[in-house]
Amino acid sequence: MISLSHYLILGAMLFSLSVAGIFINRKNVIVLLMSIELMLLAVNMNFIAFSHYLQDLAGQVFVFFILTVAAAEAAIGLAILVVLFRNKNTINVSDLDAMKG
Amino acid sequence: MSFELFVFYLFAAIMLFAAFRVITVRNPVHAALFLVLAFASSSALWLLLEAEFLAITLILVYVGAVLVLFLFVVMMLDINLTPLREGFIRYLPVAVLIAIVMVAQMVMVLGPQRFGLDQMPAPPRQPATYSNTEELGLLLYTEYLYPFEIAALILLVAIIAAIALTMRKRPETKYQNPGEQVTVKKQERLRIVKMDSE
Repeated sequence: MISLSHYLILGAMLFSLSVAGIFINRKNVIVLLMSIELMLLAVNMNFIAFSHYLQDLAGQVFVFFILTVAAAEAAIGLAILVVLFRNKNTINVSDLDAMKG
Repeated sequence: MSFELFVFYLFAAIMLFAAFRVITVRNPVHAALFLVLAFASSSALWLLLEAEFLAITLILVYVGAVLVLFLFVVMMLDINLTPLREGFIRYLPVAVLIAIVMVAQMVMVLGPQRFGLDQMPAPPRQPATYSNTEELGLLLYTEYLYPFEIAALILLVAIIAAIALTMRKRPETKYQNPGEQVTVKKQERLRIVKMDSE
């Protein structure tokens, strides 16, 4: 039988992979956004696993809201990316120093 | 090994492989396609957890809309890939180290001795007449009605923000001005010339 820890460890591995992706692709905004999507997927996996094993549907409702927010985040992030590319002709993170932060 | 466990390991392996390829592949288009594979296999895992509605939503909304949006943007932008790969090798050891440490820590916390079948027994399977969508709908439209409406508002804000960010007025675009069109006089457009017939 599959236990809860199977799913939780799978979510943890997915989350760590996406953290590693943020580390090694720190110049490429597109892959950074994709890593964030993977992180949200890992979180959703944990929510649904707990929802199943505790027999409580509230976890699935929460995943529904996370999906909504993630879709909004992806849309706005990609819009910012398009505007960025149009104005600076690059998506390299190290070129984005106009605000001297 | 039961069939259920086999399916779990199969889709978990596909998902982890796809996630690994997303972060290591050179071409962003391939990364987006591997992201589709990761989402599809995780949707299969959600089906194993009896979250049918969310599994189908993940395919329809995420793969169908969000990842296609990713593909659109990636293919629309003409990116020079070589400078984007800078530091890939340099940060690789740090990334691997951090990933291994994180997984080790989480396995220690979430391992079978705390969340195994003894502590969290697997619930009985629902009967075939059980509808996950119906149960979720009953919960969503009663207890979570206000959060649901706020979610709709968030989507509206996202639409407006995305359009406002990407819309631009090109100076070379020709367009009509209806106000000027209706105020035009006959004398400005038409001149009647009297001339003798020949």
